Amino acid sequence: MEELKNKVRELLKAGTVQAVIGYRAGSDEKTARVAFVRQPDEADGLILDPRCTDNLAVYLLKPEVKLLGKLAIVARPTTARTILQLASENQLADGQVIVLGVSADGKAVVELASFEALEKFVGQVPAGLTEEEKVLLAKIEGMSREERWAFWQSEFARCIKCYACRAACPMCYCSRCIVESNQPQWIPVSPHDEGNLEWHLVRAMHLAGRCLNCGFCAKACPMGIPLNLLTQRLAEEAKAAFGAVAGGSATGEYALSMFKADDKEGFIR
Amino acid sequence: MENDNKATGAFEPKLVAFVCNWCTYVGADLAGTSRLKYASNVRVIRLPCTGRIDFMLILKAFAQGMDGVIVSGCHPGDCHYTVGNYHARRRWILFRSLLDFAGIDVRRVHFAWVSAAEGAKWADLVNKVSGEVRELGPYKEYQGLAGKGIA
Repeated sequence: MEELKNKVRELLKAGTVQAVIGYRAGSDEKTARVAFVRQPDEADGLILDPRCTDNLAVYLLKPEVKLLGKLAIVARPTTARTILQLASENQLADGQVIVLGVSADGKAVVELASFEALEKFVGQVPAGLTEEEKVLLAKIEGMSREERWAFWQSEFARCIKCYACRAACPMCYCSRCIVESNQPQWIPVSPHDEGNLEWHLVRAMHLAGRCLNCGFCAKACPMGIPLNLLTQRLAEEAKAAFGAVAGGSATGEYALSMFKADDKEGFIR
Repeated sequence: MENDNKATGAFEPKLVAFVCNWCTYVGADLAGTSRLKYASNVRVIRLPCTGRIDFMLILKAFAQGMDGVIVSGCHPGDCHYTVGNYHARRRWILFRSLLDFAGIDVRRVHFAWVSAAEGAKWADLVNKVSGEVRELGPYKEYQGLAGKGIA
């Protein structure tokens, strides 16, 4: 922890960066919130513990955050993968952000100034679903189609269309989202069964092959809809069908940005 | 929306086909000029390329009362824009798995390659899909969503 605070002070004092995005204590002992540290002495308020689960990469592309100047960001491996995926989509340039990489156990902090260093950092941590996540996915896949329909209908019925999932997602950076389009109005605005289904399918499809599985969307959902299951399913499919895994490289292609002439499918007539 | 056969009163599926301008649309045209008779259940919507066929179109088709959807374009390697259908194919692979995971009946969504010379394949495809969707019956599950009102 002291190591992180010292690094932050150092970076700000030397003027290497103008702001550091990290975590500070939330309104109670169970929560953490984002901290934008701009003065060396503000580094004392930083925390780094199991509460700090948010994917802070979501702030990197916000215009008001970019105005702060050059940034450093506290990043666990998933956030680091997010940054690489953003880079591969040309949203971040090499050297634009300094990553303070935190190891999975939250103890060691390393300064990663280039994408190359970042790629090495994420390469040491296995990507993909955890065993519990796989079990839950398999449980839903094991249902009959009618059961799956009923399961998702009951989940989506709770959606209030607050778009917290979108706001929480670092990969949802379009300045104009499909749900804001009203000519044509693709997705009804009100929380309505048809529009709810369409919204969740569109969200998942727009994240297909890009989702880093940080799970922030599901954590942000005030209605507790497990909507990261949809993107997890797509990530598994992209891996199985194309061998594509998001967030491994700053220059690589992802599942839907490329194709192979011999992509296999068994359903096209 | 009444889909039933006026003469017999039996259910007739409503199908929409999103086809590319360069291959399948011309193939369907060939079926017509060759006087091939095929099921009249399909409404053809022409788009520039299969790469343009947004998955939202498929969802909207069901919401608007379709019982089945056909998506068809040029064979791999024959795309007018060189690679549009390759990109489309990847998207279909993922989209189809998402539909299935969400509990949507993937037997109602059919993907095909029909070239400009395959008028007979087009006629056969429409006949087969009409038959299969007729067996499945109207897609009330999805069509019912719009009528349910605000949750």
